[in-house]
Amino acid sequence: MKKKRIKLSGIYLAVILFLTYVPILLTVVYSFNASKLTSVWEGFSLKWYQELLRDRDLREALINSLILAVSSCSAATVIGTMGALGMKKVPLKTNGLIESISTMPMMIPEIILGMVFLAAFSLVGLPFGMTTLIISHTVFCIPYIFMMVRARLEGMDQSIEDAARDLGAGPFRLFWDITLPMILPAVLSGMLLAFAMSFDDVIISLFVTGPRTNTLPVKIYTKLKTGVTPEINALATIMLAVIVSALLLSNFISTRKTRRKVRDI
Amino acid sequence: MSEYILKLENITKSFDDLTVLKHISLEVEKGEFITFLGPSGCGKTTTLRIISGLLEPDSGSVILHGQDVTALPPEKRNVNTVFQSYALFPHMTVEANVGYGLKLKKVPKAEISKRVSEILELVQLAGFEKRMPDELSGGQQQRVAIARALANGPEVLLLDEPLGALDLQLRRQMQLELKRLQKKLGITFIYITHDQEEAINMSDRIVVMDKGIFQQVGTPDEVYNHPKNEFVARFVGNANIIPMEDGTSLAIRTENILLDVPGGIPAVVMEKSFAGGLMRIMLRTAEGTEVVATRHGIDYAAEVGQMLTFGWEPQNAVAVEKE
Repeated sequence: MKKKRIKLSGIYLAVILFLTYVPILLTVVYSFNASKLTSVWEGFSLKWYQELLRDRDLREALINSLILAVSSCSAATVIGTMGALGMKKVPLKTNGLIESISTMPMMIPEIILGMVFLAAFSLVGLPFGMTTLIISHTVFCIPYIFMMVRARLEGMDQSIEDAARDLGAGPFRLFWDITLPMILPAVLSGMLLAFAMSFDDVIISLFVTGPRTNTLPVKIYTKLKTGVTPEINALATIMLAVIVSALLLSNFISTRKTRRKVRDI
Repeated sequence: MSEYILKLENITKSFDDLTVLKHISLEVEKGEFITFLGPSGCGKTTTLRIISGLLEPDSGSVILHGQDVTALPPEKRNVNTVFQSYALFPHMTVEANVGYGLKLKKVPKAEISKRVSEILELVQLAGFEKRMPDELSGGQQQRVAIARALANGPEVLLLDEPLGALDLQLRRQMQLELKRLQKKLGITFIYITHDQEEAINMSDRIVVMDKGIFQQVGTPDEVYNHPKNEFVARFVGNANIIPMEDGTSLAIRTENILLDVPGGIPAVVMEKSFAGGLMRIMLRTAEGTEVVATRHGIDYAAEVGQMLTFGWEPQNAVAVEKE
């Protein structure tokens, strides 16, 4: 009986891993293919990457994406962290409501968010471009940071802050010496998560970008209309590398502390 | 005239609809060891937080060394706290934890490090400066918490059930050490516990608290041998409360209940148990009053269900008020 169950779970795992990672692996492998045809393997080559580097449009899109991801995740980090810290002052009765409102952008379908931003920016008369991109990305990044920092604060012993005040720390020193160092792992991992979310966003960006501001995901999307080329594989691989490193780093930061604790026991 | 280091005047505190403290007043002398003793929820921690400034009372005042500090935030009061959970800063070394208060006071670095080693020596943790809190045992963390609270040189040290998380043996040892430390430094200690033995062992005076009221304030002898009311008699002395015909009550401690007394009150043995070197015999009278008698050793031969009589020497009975 027991043996059979292990077998079943093995099959399940194999199927899931196959479905998830084989397409990714294929894309990565074929980005190094010397052939122009995506279905034939003709040997290892870096020529598609060299091609990418020569493509001025793509380089510009990459730079745009980086500017966008860095500025929106930084702005969201400041706002989201401040929001999470402010939750302490909110009376218990309205606590749940405010938390739901704050994390709402995560639940709303992206296509709706995109439409809403489009409508709002046209209404205000803001020209579409980098500014509108940064504003909308900041908005949908805030919940990630808010939730990470809030979870960390919830798990913190309140008397640690009491102790600092008791020893003579005013509000500023309390934040700088005690609260910030203790929530820093959550702030950083939330920030990296937000970076990854912003860096790979297509839908919202499509709605709010201007005619001359392309981001990398939007570029890939438009390029795909003319068919999958080895160049696209190379581009997807680069994006994958950036996002996976951001997520791994985020994960590493948020679990480092716990792992040390476990080792001590 | 003795010098009062701390005065609480008519303090009241409520949380939402729940009144936690009802008009409490107290005067504490310099160098006194005062214990707030009471069950959980009696308001003792709230009182402590009001003294430290972490909570503001709804009415009444806190006078520290002749100055009204009621409106001052905790960082402006020369009072420090040892928290129940120790509350050490997990990202700082022992040295940085203990020296944090001095750093905030802008004491020069060399001076801080000298004071920190002195204080660590005082709590027998010399050489632990560079350790992180999570590398220490519970008892060692406790000592760091005490050292950190002492480093600022407070006039009053507040201790919120500081030994609650330690095992019995370590607790006994730390009780003695804390008492020694208090004598040596001559600082006023305000200590919270729900353990009456701890309170009796360590205190100059005990404040017995229940339901947000100071039920009795007195020396250990006074609260143990002359309880003012039923609650104090029961909580501090584990005494039996025996209602009298005229509406008053008598408090008689379990060891002073005599058994098989000719002409005594008849009762049935309900339960018999043996723990901590004491035999406990629970009796019930015809009126339903439950009385516990304790005896040393296991030689008393009463069986459950047996009828017997009990009584007491008049000098062992104390008349107490109802709660």
